[in-house]
Amino acid sequence: MTLFNEEQLNQIRNQLEHWETTTLKKTLDRRSERRPQFITTSSVPVRRLYTPLDIADFDYQRDLGMPGEYPFTRGVHSTMYRGRLWTMRMFAGFGTAEETNQRYQYLLSQGNMGLSVAFDMPTLYGYDTDAPEALGEFGKCGVAVSSLADMEVLFDGIPMGEVSTSMTINSPAAILWAMYIVAAEKQGYHRSQLRGTIQNDILKEYIAQKEFLFPPAPSMRLVTDTIEFGTREMPLWNTVSISGYHIREAGATAVQELAFTLADGFAYVEAALERGLDIDEFAPRLSFFFNAHNDLFEEIAKFRAARRIWARAMREKYGAQNPRSWLLRTHAQTAGVSLTSRQPENNIVRVAIQALAAILGGTQSLHTNSMDEALALPSEKAVTIALRTQQILAHESGVANTIDPLAGSYYVEQLTNQMEDAANDYFHRIESQGGVIPAIESGFFQREIADAAYQYQMEIDTRQRIVVGVNDYVADEPIEIPLLQMDPAGYDRQIARLQRVRAERDNSAVQKALAELADCARGDENLMPPIIAAVEHYATLGEITDVFRRVFGEYHEPVHF
Amino acid sequence: MKRKIRVLVAKPGLDGHDRGAKVVARSLRDAGFEVIYTGIRQTPAMIAEAALQEDVDVVGLSVLSGAHMALVPKVKEALVAQGMDDVLVLVGGIIPNEDVPALNAIGVKGIFGPGTATQEIVDFIHKELAEPAA
Repeated sequence: MTLFNEEQLNQIRNQLEHWETTTLKKTLDRRSERRPQFITTSSVPVRRLYTPLDIADFDYQRDLGMPGEYPFTRGVHSTMYRGRLWTMRMFAGFGTAEETNQRYQYLLSQGNMGLSVAFDMPTLYGYDTDAPEALGEFGKCGVAVSSLADMEVLFDGIPMGEVSTSMTINSPAAILWAMYIVAAEKQGYHRSQLRGTIQNDILKEYIAQKEFLFPPAPSMRLVTDTIEFGTREMPLWNTVSISGYHIREAGATAVQELAFTLADGFAYVEAALERGLDIDEFAPRLSFFFNAHNDLFEEIAKFRAARRIWARAMREKYGAQNPRSWLLRTHAQTAGVSLTSRQPENNIVRVAIQALAAILGGTQSLHTNSMDEALALPSEKAVTIALRTQQILAHESGVANTIDPLAGSYYVEQLTNQMEDAANDYFHRIESQGGVIPAIESGFFQREIADAAYQYQMEIDTRQRIVVGVNDYVADEPIEIPLLQMDPAGYDRQIARLQRVRAERDNSAVQKALAELADCARGDENLMPPIIAAVEHYATLGEITDVFRRVFGEYHEPVHF
Repeated sequence: MKRKIRVLVAKPGLDGHDRGAKVVARSLRDAGFEVIYTGIRQTPAMIAEAALQEDVDVVGLSVLSGAHMALVPKVKEALVAQGMDDVLVLVGGIIPNEDVPALNAIGVKGIFGPGTATQEIVDFIHKELAEPAA
């Protein structure tokens, strides 16, 4: 059922034309608008005014439906935030497991509702802290976890069967997940009780964040092994967090973020179907992770379009029967790339607007960035303000009181439709190249993103785009916010623990476990059981990853700029 | 005709955040420089080797991860070991103010944080290499 009939639309069209030639014209004759063209954060032109004419064939039941019902444009739950607020999940990790454990305890005491682990660069690349490749990187962008011993310290005093934990880890995701499982079992929980997420989205690593290790085929096998293992043994765990966040941070537009992320999602679905898994068994455990950037309405439209596209594809293209398979559940994080190092307090305001977009977009969980993150890892004070921002939005702004309040806005509905159409165009372009992996290998995504990033920078350099404190309203004032200082003894403590682990464990058992893992890697059985066995014997992250590096080889990307 | 100024843009260390490096590489190329981009995960030795092979005038290093105080001195040492003492070394990325004096002391001439206009880098290179700005 369309909202407007032909007669109404004609009347509106006449009224619009009349307005344009009279009232509007008079104003424009006196004074032109501020800019010849207005654009979104993604450089999409924005019209002066949106009316029913922009959504003339809008069909409420087809395009929106009811909350918690297909196609979920209005949200994945029937009560949304009236029933339960989004999970306030602050991403944190730095230095040693001890320091990060303290930060987690602090965050939980301040109303943070779920944990989210940031690992340091060596961990993300499957290196132990003392590997030569790890030079200078220990604890800088997250916490170092080189073995089960570090994971045990990281969650010391935190009931792993009761919290939900998200781990931002990709190439070595299966290994860190195994460490989490074993640490929780040592706390006395059963693995089937554990709730959380591993990011485990290797495709966006090739596309954007570049933390890949192995070639695409064995990487996809590892992801599919984790999906299969989770389906069998960890019913509450999200096995992949299909991530647009990093694609956006690398410079993509909102449409590219949406399209490339969902294309990656379809690729994981297809890989799991090829493995012979039943779609309705694994699809409910796929989750998503989107960016929340500056342009309020564009971001809201992106979240709404994402849910609708995913639901339609899962039901109509892949034939999923279980409504939970149709749901796009998502985490959101405010846009790190939007933070400025100049006048950093202004970032508090940016983050609040971005968080508002994610909430109006219907996110299930949210991380808000800290004002100091263009300078360093966040201080405790900066993190607290970021968390308080979510609490103010939740309890004071009123936006959590009703469901999808921007539905029916001519602008937001038009943007939502436009995003869906533009994403469909990208799906066809990707398909015509043979799918996501061939498009990665040819550098298609990388070029699209680099072009958009360059255009964005040029818009700033030429002041078509104003960034407050950067290219306008500039003030040369000293930065007065205190930055996080890490414990200088942390590195030595981490190295000492690693050496103790290697000295005290049963090294023949480790060698045997690693040999069995290598055999399994050369075959096609699921890799999770032998990884867990190696982790139980305190094989280190570097040792396990080295097995894969030897068997699978390493990937090198085509270099474009 | 004068030879074009040759710039190597490199990403040392593990961090794969290459947005800034690519934008800078492209804008330097558009400004008329000859730009060689190494890609990610370069060791100091690889960077110095590329700088020598390509006979560059400028080496621009991009680091987001915070490892700059370990990596940049190693790159500088490797350049010196190749006899490239006089190459102009620039650093971009997340560099806290307190690290700037130490980087200047080992010979890093320019440090460009987030929010830098690309023209600022172009102008800086022209000034340092004493070429008239285009």
